[in-house]
Amino acid sequence: MDGRGDETVSGWSKALITLTHEQLKKVLSKALLVRRFEERVYEEVRRGRVKIPVYLAAGQEMTAATLAVIYENLGIKPNIFIQHRGHSTYLSFGGAPKALAHELMGLPDGCAGGMGGSASIQSIEANIYGHDGLMGSHVPIAVGFAYEMRHPTICFVGDAAGEEDYSLTAIGWASTKNLPILFVIEDNNLSILTEKQVRRNWEISDVASSMKLPHVRYLTDSSPTEIANNFPVSTKAPALLNICTNRKFWHAGAGSDQPNYDEIDPLLQLIKHLMHNETAAWLKDQESLIADIINEAWN
Amino acid sequence: MNLRDTIKSVVKDHLTTGHKAYGQCLTAVGWVGGTLPEMYEEHGMVELSMADVAGGGFVVGAALAGGRPMYIIRYQGFNWFNAPIILNYACKSKELWGRACPLFIRSIAMEGAIGPVAGSSHHSLYFRMPGVKIFSPMTSWEYRDCYRRFMEDDEVYYISEHRGAFGNSSELPNVLEDSPDFVLLPISITRFAAMEATKILAADHGLRVSVIHQYQLKPYKLNAASQVASAKFGSVVIDDDYADGIARSIAQRYHESIPACKPVYSLGLDDRSAGFASHLDNLPPSPQKIVEFVLSKCSRE
Repeated sequence: MDGRGDETVSGWSKALITLTHEQLKKVLSKALLVRRFEERVYEEVRRGRVKIPVYLAAGQEMTAATLAVIYENLGIKPNIFIQHRGHSTYLSFGGAPKALAHELMGLPDGCAGGMGGSASIQSIEANIYGHDGLMGSHVPIAVGFAYEMRHPTICFVGDAAGEEDYSLTAIGWASTKNLPILFVIEDNNLSILTEKQVRRNWEISDVASSMKLPHVRYLTDSSPTEIANNFPVSTKAPALLNICTNRKFWHAGAGSDQPNYDEIDPLLQLIKHLMHNETAAWLKDQESLIADIINEAWN
Repeated sequence: MNLRDTIKSVVKDHLTTGHKAYGQCLTAVGWVGGTLPEMYEEHGMVELSMADVAGGGFVVGAALAGGRPMYIIRYQGFNWFNAPIILNYACKSKELWGRACPLFIRSIAMEGAIGPVAGSSHHSLYFRMPGVKIFSPMTSWEYRDCYRRFMEDDEVYYISEHRGAFGNSSELPNVLEDSPDFVLLPISITRFAAMEATKILAADHGLRVSVIHQYQLKPYKLNAASQVASAKFGSVVIDDDYADGIARSIAQRYHESIPACKPVYSLGLDDRSAGFASHLDNLPPSPQKIVEFVLSKCSRE
């Protein structure tokens, strides 16, 4: 526990998914793609090829990468709603790296034709829906979408956007209507740089629990194993996972949530974990493959 | 068939063809001024929670999913809460992402002793934003026309209704005078007052006044250009929203398009908040107020 909140469990029914070694390698591949892509964005901002505000997801890539592997394993292609800092979700769930790179450069073949920038990205192929810029507006939109479609939907929300009144009431209506939607609160404890304890004395999982959301869980460990172990038993009912994360970069790489980031870096921890049973050659191949993808995307 | 029954019929057709209507308190006594068929969630009539902002988001999600939902907002003033996600997502979605978000908003105005928010029309709130089409049907033909257009289109439609017109069974043809003294361009419920005012102005003051009804508000078509150009004393756009909105914008459009035309004025609610007490209310221009306005402009010549 890091003091951000107490673990909340309300009627939680876990699927008790245990990721196999091969599945963990898939998670790592996706997370590595995100990390290297974001590092490249960081460089491109410095070089001036990216001239718009960017919201980097480095450091919180494990959440989307793990969920993407779980859904792939379940044979479900979910509808996905994201907001800014969504590069990790976009790339993990199959959004094209080149279309994202071009979007960040404002090119017409970008994933939103240059209109979306970093904050309002989408992928038609991957069922990822863009965000308009009003914080948390995608939460009720995702709920309405799930009501109409009755197909598994994931809504990624920051811990600040989750405070919006309409986000909370949307979670309540999803509970009332028993909709197939998973709310994922990516909780880095900060809104810009204002900590949660300054903004509120409650957790979103507390509110969701009071709204009788069938499943609510507060996770302070964002490792793939922890996320998978706590994945809800059904994708046909609403659930909420509040997952604590730390950004490696702030907006456009201005700073980091943790001064000694490498010590807590979940990506490095996963690499370390996998290297017990894996060869360095595999990791080198992955890095090489990802480097090719990213170079192709940016060149 | 009056407008009330027409709307009820249109909603029923919408639901029986596999679509949904969303709103708050839809099944309450009166079924929103008698404009809803007695249908329930299993038929597609979806009762939302009382969260107005989120409610606007739910229907945007349903529209994004291709459901072509109707969204019923029982007081137009409630759009101050309902509009943000509609205007910033549904209305921009096609332009931003190439994903259409067709949504039919039934936004209902009423007047009189209803206070500072619920009274009058608030269509000017939507008017300034891109990606929305605005109609204010006061007759059965007009209502069916805008519904037909919506079903053939993939845009957001804001339908500015008014309870005062629900009992109307007549169509409202334009009144066209050759070389009119004055031209009235009324919107929403003021169309009825304008027709009355025209009769008074002719009978009591000998003035020839044309009336060009303003049913399609956005995109706006200059449907009164020839009349405005030939008006002897001027024209006025009349609204039951504040004048600093659609009315003044339409007036300006005529000035931009017909530089030589006589003044095109705007007349709407007084620029103050409405109170509940009758002497503090803020009602749309009455026939008498329109008559006085026209006479004041004609007497300046």
